[in-house]
Amino acid sequence: MDMWVITFLSVTHALRAEKLLKNAKISITLIPIPRELSGPCEGLAAQLQEEDIDQAVNFLEKNGIEMVRRGVKVSR
Amino acid sequence: MKRIYLDNAATSWPKPEAVYTAIDHFNRNIGGNPGRGTTSFALASTGIVLETRELLAQLFNISDPLRIAFTLNITEALNLAIKGTLLPGDHLIISSMEHNALVRPAFTLAEHGVEITVIPCSSEGLLDTKTLVSAIKKNTRMVGLQHASNVTGTIQPVAEVGQICRERGILLLVDSAQSAGVLPIDVQRQYIDILTFTGHKGLYGPQGTGGIYVRPGVAITPLKEGGTGSRSQDTKQPQFMPDCLESGTLNTPGIVGLGAGVRFVLEQGVAAIRLHEQKLMEFLWDNLAGVAKVKRYGVPAVEARTAILSFTVDGMDSAQVSLLLEKEFGIVTRGGLHCTPLAHQTIGTLEQGTCRLSPGFFNTEQEMEAVLTAIVTIAGKA
Repeated sequence: MDMWVITFLSVTHALRAEKLLKNAKISITLIPIPRELSGPCEGLAAQLQEEDIDQAVNFLEKNGIEMVRRGVKVSR
Repeated sequence: MKRIYLDNAATSWPKPEAVYTAIDHFNRNIGGNPGRGTTSFALASTGIVLETRELLAQLFNISDPLRIAFTLNITEALNLAIKGTLLPGDHLIISSMEHNALVRPAFTLAEHGVEITVIPCSSEGLLDTKTLVSAIKKNTRMVGLQHASNVTGTIQPVAEVGQICRERGILLLVDSAQSAGVLPIDVQRQYIDILTFTGHKGLYGPQGTGGIYVRPGVAITPLKEGGTGSRSQDTKQPQFMPDCLESGTLNTPGIVGLGAGVRFVLEQGVAAIRLHEQKLMEFLWDNLAGVAKVKRYGVPAVEARTAILSFTVDGMDSAQVSLLLEKEFGIVTRGGLHCTPLAHQTIGTLEQGTCRLSPGFFNTEQEMEAVLTAIVTIAGKA
């Protein structure tokens, strides 16, 4: 199964992103960063629909939330 | 004897009930280490610390709450603000009303090649922006200014100074120790590049809390490096806010209490808090005017000062006045020099010190009447 995720600099950034996106009515789910992306680092990623990525990334950028992966596909 | 606490400029007391319960609730039921992993414990703590950042951002009109880093106190924040930005050859301007929290690190930097100018304020503690402009040089990198004096309560024209600085590409650093929670602060409207704050005064948090806001585009070199819970694979300190300035476990219970305190301020409204404190201040200022041997300091207009009133009694040491107020009347004040030799020099009380009355939101007008009677009695015996 394929899924799309955005990753962040820290857990704090992920939680802040979740709040902002919720207010903007863009639906995401916070999940542990998929192992293939995170390496040895643990954290949270935002899983979202492929069609929401552009809107979410633009919105977060506008609000000063720096992202590490700006919407990438992970195959499971 | 019922005690009357009038030392809110040192630390506010009591705290709103919600502050006590929030800290207790956190310690008993949440307890995790923020940013360290993604267990339910860690996440709950991360979320609650983020909430405090968001509340502070709302109070200070900061658009990105992640530009706020927590520190142990405002002294740490001020040290960071100047030691983390200024280099040998840079010029720093401060006023003659500054607290030692800024003055001492500034004079340490002066020994390492940073040029310092202390611009004189009036005997009422007020900064003249014309004097500031004339002190600006080619290498002026920063102006450091207390929003309100901890000795006289005198409010400085921060927005005006901010505009002067912004037009010239100079950083404005504001020390809001005495103003956060009692005066409106808007980092955008007042052109504040770096805002430092303490948690335990007008924001009603516990001691051991404070922080620093750094405008986007301004970078501060940390004074300490260490674990941040982010980029753990990296042996280098992260460069992004707030992690770059927040190494080691935070004072999470304190930050939780601070969040409850800021929420209290937002619920009451800064304007309502200010109005109440102004009423108490007006009573003291007006009624002490007629008391023989008593001299008051600072700006007369109630709008031009916070709820701080420094006074002296002719022929008496100010520490003695403070001691008598507590011993004989149960009134808690601070007497002597208030960690700011420059300010005492400015207002002419370096020898005698002052006795400082700093009522807060939880004081009543009835208490102010008792304070007045006590001071009249003490001055009568002097």
